[in-house]
Amino acid sequence: MATEHRVGGTCITFGDDVNTDVIIPGRYLVSIDPAELAEHAFEPLGPEVQRRLRASSVVVAGRNFGCGSAREQASTCLIGAGITAVVAASFSRVFFRNAINTGLVAVESPEAVTAVQDGGEVWVDYAAGVVEVGDERFRFAPYPEALRTILEAGGLIAYLTEQASKGASSKASSEASSKASSKASSTEETVR
Amino acid sequence: MTKTFAQKALERASGETGLVPGQIVDAYPDLYMSHTASWRCIRTLERMGVDTLYDVDRIAMVMDHISPANSAKTAGDHRLCREFAERMGVSKFYDVNAGIAHVVLMENGHIRPGQLIIGTDSHSTIYGALGAFGTGVGFSEITAAWVTGKLWLRVPESIKIVIEGPLPPGTHPKDIMLRLIGDLTADGATYCSVEFHGSYVESLSVSERMTLCNLAMEMGAKNAFVPPDDVTRRYLADAGVEPDGYEELLPDAGAEYRQVVDLDGRALAPQIAVPHTVDNVVPVDEVAGTRLNQVFIGSCANAKYDDLVIAAEVLAGNKVAPGVRLIVTPASSTVMSKAASDGVLSTLIEAGATITNPGCGACAGNGGAMADGEVTLSTANRNFQGRMGSYQSQIYLSSPATAAASAIRGSITNPQDVLR
Repeated sequence: MATEHRVGGTCITFGDDVNTDVIIPGRYLVSIDPAELAEHAFEPLGPEVQRRLRASSVVVAGRNFGCGSAREQASTCLIGAGITAVVAASFSRVFFRNAINTGLVAVESPEAVTAVQDGGEVWVDYAAGVVEVGDERFRFAPYPEALRTILEAGGLIAYLTEQASKGASSKASSEASSKASSKASSTEETVR
Repeated sequence: MTKTFAQKALERASGETGLVPGQIVDAYPDLYMSHTASWRCIRTLERMGVDTLYDVDRIAMVMDHISPANSAKTAGDHRLCREFAERMGVSKFYDVNAGIAHVVLMENGHIRPGQLIIGTDSHSTIYGALGAFGTGVGFSEITAAWVTGKLWLRVPESIKIVIEGPLPPGTHPKDIMLRLIGDLTADGATYCSVEFHGSYVESLSVSERMTLCNLAMEMGAKNAFVPPDDVTRRYLADAGVEPDGYEELLPDAGAEYRQVVDLDGRALAPQIAVPHTVDNVVPVDEVAGTRLNQVFIGSCANAKYDDLVIAAEVLAGNKVAPGVRLIVTPASSTVMSKAASDGVLSTLIEAGATITNPGCGACAGNGGAMADGEVTLSTANRNFQGRMGSYQSQIYLSSPATAAASAIRGSITNPQDVLR
């Protein structure tokens, strides 16, 4: 299990309502390989955006990032492109779920998004609940433990596989869930 | 404590009581729907090395997005699903002849009031048309549900939308939903449960209610809901579902809503979404005359039997404009069969339409692609850049009536001008 809770680096910025068909066009969903998908991430926006994406570590976006389809590859293509975190003013709920379930850090921080400069550095400490933009620090409600456990395992399937190999799948996941339930009230804005 | 539909449905699915918005629960869905993406679930399951499933009877697979297969790769994907279904005993397996998963599952009695259904498709909100809680998830979550039987869900806040009718001639549920999406925007209902109420909603068939619930997704909704009534019960009876086979869940009077939206449809004009977002909505008259290369009548939003009838009524005795391609993709084989037996299909064909096999068709990029600079008017639910071919093409979204009228003139046309 990873212990590093801080991810980030150079960012690339996008506007509001970036949809799944722009992130990864439907014609490429015949693949589930992150590296292969990454070649086509943001293809509708042209090669310059694609080149910059691959040179970046963080995607920063406005409202409703990942709206549209339930395609999980919208998250995996970003992972394949070397993206470690997405910071947005808000997410579509399916994208948010897919990000956690594939091990991609996704945090909502409208304030941080406003402070970011395209091409600048952005770091996310998801355990502490902080987005760092230059010298500025922006707080967000940390993930409930159940989600953090999934994220740190590298996603939902990796988490379940890990649990199964421990021979304690049902027990551990129900414990994680009850922890999540007890913390839910303080994390309403984080959990989609 | 008064409760919304969403609170009641998630209490039922989780076995917990007193749920409030914001709380996270482990919920046990009644059905896990996966479409053409099923092969991704199967490959993931193989990777996990698991061969014991929670409840194979809760698995439904429908080969709809790329059907029939368009390459050796997708043929292999289909075969993987077919063989898996055979080996594991997945009885709710529907092959490439069936049609769009959502419509097929409802027609065949697999969706019932009060149930929780998760699907590898964002438009799983459509199951609210039968009073069920449907929501979209990624394929990893479906795979996980196959194994564990559950997933975590946050109890959503609810938005109540009250629509009064009747609508003027030439306007339809699609026009209402486009107006609503335009007003509330693409994230106006993000994470929320959207309940539809009011005299107009009560007057609608289940098929028309599907259009409402399907398009609620385009406001970001987690699920959608129409209260079950006699219309629902008759539909279920026709689908072979016994009345004692389900439990209707209704929101309490006085339940708490984040927002209540009152919409008067009685003076509504036909609406259209212009490129490249679904919430970019204007009255059809504002863009009337825009030249079209293609018209697509299809998708889970608007290719059900009544949608084809609406299109046929407009097209009867007319011809599709020269140079325009009219593609009609019935939502399911049942829809296609009915439209074939009562002359609806021949009316469409005589007008110049190309009829394709049932399924997602051009909406999922399977046929009906556009070249650079081309324009399609579609009855589907998404007009995102590049969704139908070239990234330099454009998609408008409308009702079947507007689509049919526009096919005749070769340009965007208010159907009220043709019906007069």
